[in-house]
Amino acid sequence: MIDLDTYVQLLGLVQNSIIAGAVLGLVGGLVGVFVMQRDMAFAVHGISELSFAGAAGALLLGVNVVAGSLVGSLIAAILIGLLGARARDRNSIIGVLMPAGLGLGILFLALYPGRSANKFSLLTGQIIAVDSPQLAWLVGISLVVLVALLLIWRPLTFDSLDPDVAAARGVPSRFVALAFMVLLGLIVAVSVQIIGALLVMALLVTPAAAALRVSASPVLVPMLASVFGLFSAVAGILLAIAGSLPISPYITTISFAIYVVCRLVGRASRRRLRAAV
Amino acid sequence: MDDEQREGGDVLRLENASLGFGERTLWSGLDLSVKRGEFIAVLGPNGSGKTSLLKTVLGQQALDSGRALLGGAPVRSGDRRIGYIPQQKLVPPGTPLRARDLVALGVNGHRFGLPLPRRGERERVEELLADVGATSYADRPVGSLSGGEQQRLRVGQALADDPVLLLCDEPLLSLDLAHQRGVSELIDRRRREHDTAVLFVTHDINPVLDKVDRILYLAGGRFREGTPDEVLRGEVLSELYGSPVDVFRSHGRVVVVGVPDAQTHAHHTHHPPDERPGAHA
Repeated sequence: MIDLDTYVQLLGLVQNSIIAGAVLGLVGGLVGVFVMQRDMAFAVHGISELSFAGAAGALLLGVNVVAGSLVGSLIAAILIGLLGARARDRNSIIGVLMPAGLGLGILFLALYPGRSANKFSLLTGQIIAVDSPQLAWLVGISLVVLVALLLIWRPLTFDSLDPDVAAARGVPSRFVALAFMVLLGLIVAVSVQIIGALLVMALLVTPAAAALRVSASPVLVPMLASVFGLFSAVAGILLAIAGSLPISPYITTISFAIYVVCRLVGRASRRRLRAAV
Repeated sequence: MDDEQREGGDVLRLENASLGFGERTLWSGLDLSVKRGEFIAVLGPNGSGKTSLLKTVLGQQALDSGRALLGGAPVRSGDRRIGYIPQQKLVPPGTPLRARDLVALGVNGHRFGLPLPRRGERERVEELLADVGATSYADRPVGSLSGGEQQRLRVGQALADDPVLLLCDEPLLSLDLAHQRGVSELIDRRRREHDTAVLFVTHDINPVLDKVDRILYLAGGRFREGTPDEVLRGEVLSELYGSPVDVFRSHGRVVVVGVPDAQTHAHHTHHPPDERPGAHA
């Protein structure tokens, strides 16, 4: 354990990481609401493995890791979006892409001669290792995703609920679906940098899943999901810098704990509702 | 809309329309004109092209030949003069939408931009909810409602823009009898009060038998069109199917017996109750 003065000093050093974590948590929670409605949790995982491969490739080539991660993410997201309109097609495409991406990433890392800490952090995350200019990129990308998501919010909601009717009512379904995949690719690339390719779902799936246990309001669910995501990310970072353990297990544990509590609360309130009826 | 159309011009016209997939012809030489306020049921066995006909009118399926015109102009995808009521698909429990939000999607669900309602939209949703008798459950989560309640909401959603044509694709499927009556009366009232034309695809004519003006019967690549009394006759359907078919009427219901394809369940008389989530894929 460390004393308070040292902690405050550390806090100053990781200030930017906390901001990046907060923004990612917030935006990830919102994106997660649609990940759940469009039944895409598996796709998130698939995209993150390709994102990992891209980042590992960039590390090997000595170019910008965030850029590599983005390239991998976007390729996966667009492929899944184009080839996997139907759920069954989608799952088989993801099932094929995921090991290919992970394998490629492991190959790149094996060839990489640099420090091994860098290698491991892509899989399990280490936001402290990300330097400030890159952090600015991560925050910037997250904000772009946030704005774009708000702009397509309604057509995306309609398309997620009932693509046939949405198309009949003038929603450009293909565009909306593909736009969402691109946004998902972007936010996954950011998440890979912060909590690692293997744990991306803790910020892109768990918070929204938790929110959906306790509410069905179209306003409250996104709000709760983003608060849960933000809290998990920030609290995880704050706890981690006090000790010597990595950040990711803190974030995943907090977000899982929130989910468990929401399940229990949801069950209790449903039971109360049934008793009242 | 100009006066000529108001006077009773055709809302929808199909002229010599043909559609097939590969070797198989769904229908060819199809002529159909639908006037304002007309209620037309589209009948036929599975695979006879009923849903493809709706997709054509929705502008999502191109014809092999012929023309499809809405209000005199070729149909196009995403035309908001058409209200579309799909087959009843239960909304999964846990979907973060309330009843009123489902209806609101009909009003502004196509619009990009920040998801804030414009002036008057809340009132419009309120009005639509009242129209379809859903005010009492307006704030309940959609996923917690019965199939019949959800289907009322879909009618409300489809009426959002005062459509000139309502396309209904088996809207009563897997509803119980009370809800079948409720939903079909809702649609019927709409066309009587607002002159909305209705194209109603169904495998069971009975819930709407007293409401339809004409029937379009598709079978085996051919079709017959006319009033229920003209079309629902043994000799007419026997000719259409190319094998003996009997039509019986009892207590105001029509039962068709001897349809060649046993898989079609055409005109069966019983339906499972609609309260079971996931009962219908």
